[in-house]
Amino acid sequence: MKAQSLPFIRRAASEIFQSLLVSCWFMFLTFPIMVIKVNPLERTIDWQWMRLVWIGLAVFPLSFVWRWLMKRKEHGGGQDGEDSWQKRLGEKIRADRKIYTALLAILAVFVAAFPFMFSSYQTQIMISALMYVMLGLGLNIVVGLAGLLDLGYVAFYAVGAYSYALLNHHFGLGFWPALPLGAGLAAVCGILLGFPVLRLRGDYLAIVTLGFGEIIRLVLENWNAFSFGPSGIAGISRPWFFGADLSLGQHTVFLYFIVLILVGFTILVVNRLRNSRIGRAWIALREDEVACQAMGIDKTRTKLTAFALGATWAGFVGCVFAAKTTFINPASFTFMESAIILSIVVLGGMGSIIGVIVGAMVLILLPEYLRAFSEYRMLVFGASMVLIMVFRPQGIIVGVRQHYRFGRKESTEEQGERDAASA
Amino acid sequence: MREMLQVLDIQQLTMDFGGLRAIDGVDLEVRQGEIVALIGPNGAGKTTFFNCVTGVYEPTGGRMTVRPPGKNVAVRLNRLKPNIITEHGLARTFQNIRLFQNMTVLENVMVARHCRTRSGILGAIFKNAGNRREEQEIVDFSYGLLEKVGLQMHVNDLARELPYGAQRRLEIARALATEPFLLLLDEPAAGMNPRETSELDALITRIRDDEGVSILLIEHDMKLVMSISQRIYVMDYGRLIAQGTPKEIAENPNVIKAYLGETFDA
Repeated sequence: MKAQSLPFIRRAASEIFQSLLVSCWFMFLTFPIMVIKVNPLERTIDWQWMRLVWIGLAVFPLSFVWRWLMKRKEHGGGQDGEDSWQKRLGEKIRADRKIYTALLAILAVFVAAFPFMFSSYQTQIMISALMYVMLGLGLNIVVGLAGLLDLGYVAFYAVGAYSYALLNHHFGLGFWPALPLGAGLAAVCGILLGFPVLRLRGDYLAIVTLGFGEIIRLVLENWNAFSFGPSGIAGISRPWFFGADLSLGQHTVFLYFIVLILVGFTILVVNRLRNSRIGRAWIALREDEVACQAMGIDKTRTKLTAFALGATWAGFVGCVFAAKTTFINPASFTFMESAIILSIVVLGGMGSIIGVIVGAMVLILLPEYLRAFSEYRMLVFGASMVLIMVFRPQGIIVGVRQHYRFGRKESTEEQGERDAASA
Repeated sequence: MREMLQVLDIQQLTMDFGGLRAIDGVDLEVRQGEIVALIGPNGAGKTTFFNCVTGVYEPTGGRMTVRPPGKNVAVRLNRLKPNIITEHGLARTFQNIRLFQNMTVLENVMVARHCRTRSGILGAIFKNAGNRREEQEIVDFSYGLLEKVGLQMHVNDLARELPYGAQRRLEIARALATEPFLLLLDEPAAGMNPRETSELDALITRIRDDEGVSILLIEHDMKLVMSISQRIYVMDYGRLIAQGTPKEIAENPNVIKAYLGETFDA
């Protein structure tokens, strides 16, 4: 009896000891920011020792949870189970047309009714979330499908926004003609960026694209004659709706539907591209550049189309952004934006459309609804990002490749085998 | 005398990496319908030779020409990009398998139809009749090839999930999807067990007979080389040290020396 319980006690003791060490370490780490509080008026230091105790107490149980999760991850059992659970659900939904269409219909009704069910503020948030869905799907072409790490994606977004803003400011061009123009200009910029970086991959490509993003922003900030510098462009027209004079609330609803339709269009296009000749070439390029070329795929053209198409979507969203805020300045197009869009793609699941949508919703809506936690919201945001990457590095939803059915052929094949067996 | 038509003609191929001469004046030819083997000890320059012919490396000297059968033209391969060379009808497999790991088996083959199909971005987006027909043709053609190499039960599996021998066969199917007239196989039997090797032997012969594809292969498995090839070239330290029929090669003292490492002083 005693001999049996001894190893258990020893293990428990070592676990507790480990957790104690972890909490001591955390208390030490957070000591300067949590305990020491300088009172500048009285020039004294308030020592908030109780906080240290709380941190210790909070970290102690959490470290158990953390170790348990890590162990589960190492064994792979939990994750595999989760994967197969997800796979089974996905297959079930795909296989059963009824469930699939029903789900789709519910979603469509909800999405269509959204602006009438919720406040204008909620609709605004949803518009920006949908805009990030589009940006994510656009970047997904470049990063997720073609495997080209682009850290300067926001540059194309800026090109789209400034195209509309400037065309509107100088020539009074409306939203609708500016939309394809902005997208086209962004695509041209995508090709312009594509040419010099054709030979680069991975980290090198990331750094060059990062530089490109900053160049565009700096040009916009400093070329006053062209872009009106940091003060930006104000009074951009809202989208034209059959000449009707819409109130601000109605404009929001209208814009919501514009973005919704654009998102639908994007999903359709990306989904079709993914399983097309071009899409397969992109994925092949991502998987193995040498083999891809050896299979007769023109690397240059494939990379350029990926850059151009990715940029096109950023251009679309840029126009929408300018129409939404009616004011733009270079401060909206910082590296932080690129980072968020990239996080959407990576967190959601590279190459997966639903993954990117979920990623955008989480990353854009989470900080909005976490406003209640005020200063802690970015902390929670960062922590959840780290957690997802540690425990689900492949992203929330893993992309699934298209399956092909060869019903007739396979059945005759089986028939043949059966015949051979019986003979 | 169809057999005598030359499809690949390499003259004085030389490849230098800085001061190192990896290939030194190699002459090689493949005639239509032939299975030719290129053998030699490790580091002899065989894979470098393949990389030069397929455009991965740009050789520092020599002439490489292909003569697609049925077309009365000679194409010089020097300075062409790998994808253009593939378009001209040369396809290859890789020594260390280079499949598109995260694509399905069928898609791996479908990718290789790229240079024989045309539909572009707009076709993919609008899915017009022509595009749909082409897509269906790609699927059917690819499936047919998978049946030929015996992978039809794996069509929707990811390439990385295939057993090793099947991955090698998938590489061959993928190369065939580009409709080559000359297939370059880089150690197709590496890592295969004897049963898989004999199946491969039959497969290679069948490809040659059914598709009319000439084959140039690098291989270490002497049994395979001796049984299927009509002619053998032997390389050592970047030079061609022997060429001839399997029988001649087996008796060639230079080859024996290169393989067994005997050091004679002349």
